[in-house]
Amino acid sequence: MRFFSKHIKVRKRDIPAGLWTKCKSCSAMVTQSALESNIMSCPECNYLYPLPAWKRLRTLFGEGEFFEIDSRMHPNDPLKFVDSMPYPLRQQSAEKRAGIPEAVVTGIGSLGGFAVACAAMDFTYMGGSMGSVVGEKITRLIELAIEKRIPLIIISASGGARMQEGALSLMQLVKTSAALARFNRKRLLYISVLTNPTTGGTTASFASLGDITIAEPGALICFAGPRVIKQTIQQDLPEGFQKSEFLLAHGMVDLIVGRKELKAKLIEILTLLETPKFTNETIRGVVAQNGGVNFGPGPLEA
Amino acid sequence: MNGGFDFEKPILELEAKIEGLKKLPESHAVDVSDEIKSLEVKLDLARKEIYSNLTPWQCVQIARHPQRPYTLDYIRLVMDSFVELAGDRLFANDPAIVAGLARMGARTLMVIGHQKGRDTRENLHRNFGSAHPEGYRKAHRLMKMAEKFRLPVVSFIDTPGAYPGVGAEERGQAEAIAYNLRTMAELETPIIVIIIGEGGSGGALGIAVGDEVMMLAHSYYSVISPEGCAAILWKDHSKAPEAASTLRIAPKELLALGIIDRIVPEPLGGAHRNYERAAREVKKALADSLDRLADIPMKELMEKRYTKYRRIGSFEEE
Ligand SMILES: [Zn+2]
Repeated sequence: MRFFSKHIKVRKRDIPAGLWTKCKSCSAMVTQSALESNIMSCPECNYLYPLPAWKRLRTLFGEGEFFEIDSRMHPNDPLKFVDSMPYPLRQQSAEKRAGIPEAVVTGIGSLGGFAVACAAMDFTYMGGSMGSVVGEKITRLIELAIEKRIPLIIISASGGARMQEGALSLMQLVKTSAALARFNRKRLLYISVLTNPTTGGTTASFASLGDITIAEPGALICFAGPRVIKQTIQQDLPEGFQKSEFLLAHGMVDLIVGRKELKAKLIEILTLLETPKFTNETIRGVVAQNGGVNFGPGPLEA
Repeated sequence: MNGGFDFEKPILELEAKIEGLKKLPESHAVDVSDEIKSLEVKLDLARKEIYSNLTPWQCVQIARHPQRPYTLDYIRLVMDSFVELAGDRLFANDPAIVAGLARMGARTLMVIGHQKGRDTRENLHRNFGSAHPEGYRKAHRLMKMAEKFRLPVVSFIDTPGAYPGVGAEERGQAEAIAYNLRTMAELETPIIVIIIGEGGSGGALGIAVGDEVMMLAHSYYSVISPEGCAAILWKDHSKAPEAASTLRIAPKELLALGIIDRIVPEPLGGAHRNYERAAREVKKALADSLDRLADIPMKELMEKRYTKYRRIGSFEEE
């Protein structure tokens, strides 16, 4: 068992620098603080900037309400993969950029008094790609949720399976889906939250297996990316293709919920499904019993 | 011969020579039988030499050979009978995945497989073995039927990938594959998977979760096509051979990584050179596998399948 407090730095690399910044989407001039206070979405056009994992968790859990597990897992380099850069160097720069050692943060938290197992993926770490660590952390989280009989919430933001781990990455699709098969049989609730972007192998595994699927407004959610499709069919793509609203119209998601409203909506669903409530102390107890959990969330700002 | 590769050149040249000598009329003044014999010995050596030292990219090329036996060829040659079953009962029948009941010896099986076309017309029909969601949903429906009747499932894998198209996305390609993964992970009947050609990423995996996963010696299995990987990481399609090596997509490497369970040998020069012999090897491997799995109680089989996938991965933990 290991308790430790680790202060995680989230870099502001993805946030347009400077006090005033031009929105990537609508070109409006917005202040950094307006962007921040709007949970990284443009106050003018609602364009959603990537929300790093800890910032996302902060929108759902207050101080002392979320406890990270498996925080000391790191990727290695099973294939000795080198493209324009060796994989270990990519890992290093990704860790520097994202401020976390892999593309997902997992843990147990108290969401409005409901104990939940929660994962937040981080697109700033190698495009949120799923390799062995992401697959293992998600799987352990599912298994923990089964053991504790608590609901599961996974917030996806991922470019799919990680090429640098080859077929090992592909097998993480099976591993996570197999764990969800067991979870499902225990009649436990899984809410999958799809954010911009959720694509490829992530969409083709755990992200598509929720009892309830929530999408963020305007998020790209797909199996094959629009560029690949355009190349294949040599035609222009339909308006709004593969965006959340398009998926809702085609029956692929249950509802679209904004960043600011997500917490309330999750709590509403947990309440309707009569999920048992726990006090923070009980949750902390559960976490302590389980071992290897650190206190969180870490401070969000550098 | 149709579709020869550069690396096969010495083989093709020797074959042409032998062919030429054999065509000489009986009345030919010189007896060429000794020469033919010696050329045949050379040919045999050349084949062994070339095919036992294939690079991963050469392996990909053979896996894509237009004369390579496809799922329906194996079904015809391995199974005693086959009743094809069509449709997902939701939208359409996807000809890129075939499925049905088959008899092999004393057993009835549910057989599923990607199906490529042999020529342009057939490929348009089969969509080059790239399935839409309907293909995965048909497979899902029939796997559940297999479970109901306790029929072992045999799945033949041969696809460049799931189809990246507008309709496929609209109708939930990712969802269809994900559901298959979850269902196959706990399907209460033995599942045997054999990669006979291309194991193209999620499109392959969507019908490739099993108790025993095997690969023909000249097939490949990859998280992304070598061309796709080269385009993204090297920003250059022509670096596909490098990507093929780097991704470790050849059977031997996947066996070492614990991703597949065994390699099924192919006749010298590849399965396309001798369908009957390739089919015999496949049949033997399937029969062995079915025998092994039949002896395992269902509960234990489920546990073994879970554990098998549960342990795949490589990482550090402080
Ligand atoms: Zn804007």
